Amino acid sequence: MTVTALPADALPSLIARMTGDEKHAPSSYSTLDVLWVLYDRILRIDPAAPDEPDRDRFLLSKGHGPAAYYAVLAQKGFFPLEWLDTMADWDSPLGNHPDRKNIPGVEIGTGSLGHGLGIGVGVALGLRAQGYTGSRVFVLLGDAELDEGSNHEAIAYAAATHLPMTAIVIDNRSATHGWPGGIAARFPGWITAVVDGRDQEQIEHALARRHPDRPNLVVATVEPKWG
Amino acid sequence: MRETFVATTTELLAEDPRTALVLADISADAFQPAMRRHPDRVLNVGIREQLMTGVAGGLALTGLRPFVHSYAPFVVDRAYEQIKLDLGHQDAGAVLVSIGASYDGAASGYTHQSPGDVELLDTLEGWTVHVPGHHDEVPPLLREAARHDDRVYVRLSLQENQHAYADSTRLRVIRRGGPLIVAVGPMLDPVLEATRDLDVTVAYTNTPRPLDAEGLRALAGGEVVMVEPYLSGTSARQVAEALGGRPHRVLHLGVGREEVRRYGSWQDHARAHGLDAAGLRGPISEFLW
Repeated sequence: MTVTALPADALPSLIARMTGDEKHAPSSYSTLDVLWVLYDRILRIDPAAPDEPDRDRFLLSKGHGPAAYYAVLAQKGFFPLEWLDTMADWDSPLGNHPDRKNIPGVEIGTGSLGHGLGIGVGVALGLRAQGYTGSRVFVLLGDAELDEGSNHEAIAYAAATHLPMTAIVIDNRSATHGWPGGIAARFPGWITAVVDGRDQEQIEHALARRHPDRPNLVVATVEPKWG
Repeated sequence: MRETFVATTTELLAEDPRTALVLADISADAFQPAMRRHPDRVLNVGIREQLMTGVAGGLALTGLRPFVHSYAPFVVDRAYEQIKLDLGHQDAGAVLVSIGASYDGAASGYTHQSPGDVELLDTLEGWTVHVPGHHDEVPPLLREAARHDDRVYVRLSLQENQHAYADSTRLRVIRRGGPLIVAVGPMLDPVLEATRDLDVTVAYTNTPRPLDAEGLRALAGGEVVMVEPYLSGTSARQVAEALGGRPHRVLHLGVGREEVRRYGSWQDHARAHGLDAAGLRGPISEFLW
């Protein structure tokens, strides 16, 4: 991944070009700093060759509010910036939920919640089975998305099999009934870190950690959801 | 058929490093030797069928060819959205192999029965469906499925025909005569017995999806009887499209939609749904003559 000189605070102007998904704007902004740190400092993915088999994988499970995701991908050169102006149009590759078949660099198509972590477990297992032990797998979820029971099948299995993958949960307190005891308590057997989801140094430090024999959870707290 | 599936898949795992198997506890004991030899590619996720399918999608996205296996209601009914999204929407392939069929789990009750599995898959794009009528038909179907990356469903059952017809992915004429009766998978023997003294053509296929439309058009006159081991009428759309533009009448026979709240054996349930020879003869005769 090429580190660019673009500061993260330039991304909101890119996000502002996308007007197709206003109802998910808080959801999109909540992921902004984590996504930037991932693509700027962590992931080994070449935008010019986004299908290399030994690349790192980033799976946006929380397909709602992908504007920040699109902005980061566009800024990193996965697709033209002009695509941002067309979001959700008939001819646009960019929908209100991302589609891997339409967008270079998007690993999975999501929107219905609770699918990314299970697929991510499969990706991590597939990479391991083929000897790509240096490739990392990151899955980003929302705290409300954890309400979906399918996540907990994946959480338990990843812990039981000591699968080296990273789940990132954006906590903007949008889960209807909250998570008494904290989100980390829902990931037994995972190595956990709770970071300020607006502090890029904290985010980078947490995501750079590698644990070859344990799944890794990073909870990134941001301002509570509004609107 | 289950034993044949285990043996063939075990062979495929040894022969092809692309082959993977994802289980949700069902048949895990039978795959223990394969699991010991290929621990990275034989994965038992526990009783987690949503994860089983999601993991298959992930494996496929890395280039592996995942086989997925459990009882039909758990493979298809329970994990339907994972089949739709984690496989189909990702354009990822897998080979789903079920046991249990419509009512093999007769004594276990409705929770372990899936008469609607093929109809559910019919709502989705690009699925090939195999319904073998004999255990010897299973290995070539599995081996062919291992060679590509498409989405394949293999529906295994306790009910089998007396003879195997391995080359039956298209309609194969078993008996030539008058109006056409199409028997899918294990429905062949009951159909042959029900019509043994009737002037009918009996054609067989173990691959109802894609239905052999060309063969159907070639064989069908004005009347067609479809006999299928899952929900009655599941192939109504496919038959209508194949025979569109020409006058025809179709009788669809299969499992009824009412829940049979009885136990017993698969033979008892076949009788209850009119899918034994005696039950088939009446409606076929009434429809054709």
